[in-house]
Amino acid sequence: MRELDPEELLDIYETMILVRTLDERVWTLNRQGKAAIVASSQGHEAAQLGSVKALSEFAESYFCFTYYRDMGVCVAQGLTPKDVLLGFLAKEGEPISDARQFPLHGASKEKGFMNLSNVVGTHVPHAVGWALASKINKLPTVTAVYFGDGAASQGEIHEAMNFAAIHKLPVIFLCENNRYAISVPIEQQMAITNVADRAQAYGIPGYTVDGTDIQQVFDVTAQATVRASEGEGPTLIEYQVERYLPHTSDDDDSTYRTPLDIEKSKQRDPLKKLRDLLLSKGVLNDKIESELIKTAKQKINSATEFAEKAPYPKADDVLEHVYDNNSISKDQHDANH
Amino acid sequence: MPAIIQLPHVGESVTEGVIGKWLVKPGDRVEKYDPLVEVSTDKVNMEVPAPFSGVILRILVEEGDTIEMGKPIAELEIDGAQDNPVEDEATENEEEIHFDREAERRARVGEFLEEVRSVGPTGSGEGGLGRPDVDSVFADDPNDPSVQGEADSINSERLSPLVKRMIEQYQLNPEEIQGSGRDGRLTKSDVLAHLEFKEGRSNSRTDTSSGGFAEIKGENGGQSDRIELTSIRRTIAEHMSKAVRDIPSAWTMIEVDLSELVSWRNQHKHDFKVQHSVNLSYPAIIGWFTAKILSGNPTLNSSWAVDSIKQFSSVNLGIAVSTESGLIVPVIHRADEMNFTEFATKLDSLVSAARNGTLELNDVQGGTFTFNNTGALGSIISVPIVNHPQAAILTTEAIVKRPVVTESDAIAIRSIINLCLSFDHRVCDGHDAGIFLSSLKKMLEHHDFSSILN
Amino acid sequence: MMPIINVIEAVRDAMKEEMARDASVFIMGEDVGKRGGVFLATQGFVEEFGEQRVIDMPLAESGIAGIAVGAAMAGLRPIAEIQFADFISPTMNQIVGEAARARYGTKGEVHVPMVVRSPYGGQVRGGLFHSQSVEAYFAHTPGLKVVAPSTPFDAKGLLKSAIRDNDPVLFLEHKRTYRSVRGEVPNTDYSIPIGSADVKRAGHDATIVSYGLTIHYALQAAEVLEKEGIQIEIVDLRSIRPLDTETIINSVSKTSRLLVLHEDNLTGGIGAEISAIVSEKAFDLLDAPIMRCAGLDIPAMPFAPTLEAAYMPSLEKILATTRKLLAY
Repeated sequence: MRELDPEELLDIYETMILVRTLDERVWTLNRQGKAAIVASSQGHEAAQLGSVKALSEFAESYFCFTYYRDMGVCVAQGLTPKDVLLGFLAKEGEPISDARQFPLHGASKEKGFMNLSNVVGTHVPHAVGWALASKINKLPTVTAVYFGDGAASQGEIHEAMNFAAIHKLPVIFLCENNRYAISVPIEQQMAITNVADRAQAYGIPGYTVDGTDIQQVFDVTAQATVRASEGEGPTLIEYQVERYLPHTSDDDDSTYRTPLDIEKSKQRDPLKKLRDLLLSKGVLNDKIESELIKTAKQKINSATEFAEKAPYPKADDVLEHVYDNNSISKDQHDANH
Repeated sequence: MPAIIQLPHVGESVTEGVIGKWLVKPGDRVEKYDPLVEVSTDKVNMEVPAPFSGVILRILVEEGDTIEMGKPIAELEIDGAQDNPVEDEATENEEEIHFDREAERRARVGEFLEEVRSVGPTGSGEGGLGRPDVDSVFADDPNDPSVQGEADSINSERLSPLVKRMIEQYQLNPEEIQGSGRDGRLTKSDVLAHLEFKEGRSNSRTDTSSGGFAEIKGENGGQSDRIELTSIRRTIAEHMSKAVRDIPSAWTMIEVDLSELVSWRNQHKHDFKVQHSVNLSYPAIIGWFTAKILSGNPTLNSSWAVDSIKQFSSVNLGIAVSTESGLIVPVIHRADEMNFTEFATKLDSLVSAARNGTLELNDVQGGTFTFNNTGALGSIISVPIVNHPQAAILTTEAIVKRPVVTESDAIAIRSIINLCLSFDHRVCDGHDAGIFLSSLKKMLEHHDFSSILN
Repeated sequence: MMPIINVIEAVRDAMKEEMARDASVFIMGEDVGKRGGVFLATQGFVEEFGEQRVIDMPLAESGIAGIAVGAAMAGLRPIAEIQFADFISPTMNQIVGEAARARYGTKGEVHVPMVVRSPYGGQVRGGLFHSQSVEAYFAHTPGLKVVAPSTPFDAKGLLKSAIRDNDPVLFLEHKRTYRSVRGEVPNTDYSIPIGSADVKRAGHDATIVSYGLTIHYALQAAEVLEKEGIQIEIVDLRSIRPLDTETIINSVSKTSRLLVLHEDNLTGGIGAEISAIVSEKAFDLLDAPIMRCAGLDIPAMPFAPTLEAAYMPSLEKILATTRKLLAY
């Protein structure tokens, strides 16, 4: 669509450093026994940040349905390191689910994203329903829904894409394909080469791009966003990304991946790629970079301190938010206990 | 300040780790979260991060050592500037696991190993400690039939919960009662029949207004005499039976804070008595308010008429009076049109007439709603029987001082009364009853009482 | 004089009135458009409200539910029709896993004002896959409301409440009542609160608690027993979650004997829950064990008429169980 200028790239790089440092921090907290669960965004950052960049520029308004690996999308949508760390430590004041949910799960209408479920792919029909509502209400919203290659096998995703295509709904399907569904490699998930090849079966465009390349991500997402905004219907985009860490902090990837495979994955680190690009454009040097890293660390250190000191949520309101009328769950509880 | 660095618990079912390569040496400066040493467990390989910023003083374990989680691995001089380190709750809270020694119990029902996190939230455990052997749990009951809640044969001496309660309440001997249930079991109706029989033969006093089962105070222990029914007793019995039989009644109660009223009454009762020669009594006050509310909201001032509901334009308030010969309900006609003094005077004269046996026929006819001060003898809750064919009956219970949480969340001693209402559910619903009671409550709590004396 | 209509007409009227009242209400389901639904619940709707508010969906129940959830999250009020309750299993994840948890999992930021309507129940020769009662699976789920009316009056009033409710409601309509149960229904706008049971008949000898089609069998049983001088009180739950515990206990306090009746199979059914509640809350009011009369514990209702009859809690079975209860 257009080339991202060096200043924009540097901005994205700054966010990417923050997201990467944050991701590393939550792993540390997990290994200290403080964060119960981590699913890493490392290797996916360019796809996440580049797509949000395109949405924010080309959609009049947009809403993201994310999945558990989307720390980059959450941060780009305004979740702060403090918010994220309160989530990983399950502390009081966690803003999107009040620590009812796994980290990065919950919703913020103001920040424009929602990540409800752990049953992968179930949010894709929600996104389509959200887009249907935009169409019925004649709103200019583009709905973006992120999911992994593992989720792409779910039947619900087929049902959702089919319906969205029939009604030309303003939704874009964004698959972050890192080639592993926990331990199962892509060859055992599908008999075709690319997830995006399925698009033609729904009668919609499908694109496979290098999801570690910020410019490619930006271009294809921008194109899909414009198409959705103009009422021409959905697009399926597959970002080829890398996951060089285990599936989650409970996983041991040495049982199914070779060190060589992981090493090859690391070669496609989007952070390194963007860094090289910025160096070649002459907008980044060691001084700027160490300043960026220092700033990120400072933010995250103080956020970690804050989150560690924060109390756990009080159990008093555990019965709230079951129904609109809180007394229903309380009455039933009181009546039966 | 020197601090010991421990091998952290990693939150899985692992208890120890093997020390790998040290990434720091004594004298090195480390920042909080910097990696210190590689450790491998049977689940994960990890780098132990520095819990605080500072300088490494000593290294306490060597490469290749197998170390229990929580044991010290290094010593570090903490930088003075930073805050007190946050306590590592995970380390503190994870106690050693105490296995239940009741092996037999465990084998039968399995055991919930609450302390052990056998798997992480998204997987990782294989086997582990947390899963009981499900098959063995049910092994001794392979043919659990999913059938209805009744055994084939019953022990007819086993009393139902209700019968047991009634037997205790009325101090009956179950062996004296003829059972009509399966295999001669005692049922509720057997006990009621027995009570009726006993009642007929005893010279005890009953208070039928309290609803439910008549309270029997047998003066002769197990023995009883046969007492002929008086006509008033017979009338009460028939009337009550009819009410219970015909009226699907529902019951509700509201709690009212009478503190304001109590203090107001205390100020004025002397003058009132002097001026009007009747007491400024609570029944008079509450009864008068009741009549006022019924006149504005006549849903409860009505009667079921099979194909319609009769709603009365005047409030004729029946007043339940306990007399030597039994319950009697004189009526204050057009109570809603009276000022308070008229009402209190009429109430006083009717109660006296009832007790002296000088009521006239007209005094006991035409009631549209009944009022009963059951609190006179200290009762705090009653379930009254609706006075057929009226639609509702209200009881005022004893005023009791109780600690109450006020609107400002303070605790105060307040004078509290319960008002209980039984009503004919054919005529109206709980909603109407609720509106009636809450209006009455509002009046009794917030009214400008002095105005009632004008 | 109020018009007399049947249950399907009551359902249709409720939806039509709500769609006219509130533009955010819309219908989605299989064959709901030109066909008007296989039971004609939406007959004439597409002509009146247009294709955008009456959406014929591809044959994919999970997608219907999931898309309805998303549209509801965005602020619309979808009425999703699952053509037969037997086809609801694929939606289990969307209804139980997602819709019921959305409010809780987002601390109230997102909620799902959705109605899933589904014809359920048997004795219509529906066989294994067109007869099922599914309420117990869903009634187990906090966050969800489950409603099962037995009369046109209740169906219309409760469906209106369900559509206006800010939480997901599973609205179960017994197929056999669709045309076989008729009654007076006001033309005026009225609603019946979800969570309130209704005493369909007063009595003092025993209570039968039920819902849906079997309410009518219970009423028949009460007629028979009345001739023998026995007065049965019948409590129609109307809402299965939340349960109106108070009305049940009030009735038991009067009768001291309780029979729970449902077409759904016995084990783990609503009767089990009610029995547990009553024995916990009203143990010393009971003069006999709580009894249950329910569908057989076989995987689903069989096709052949003899087998179908064998499954059902019929009038004869209800009478037999009630007599056993009374004789205890």
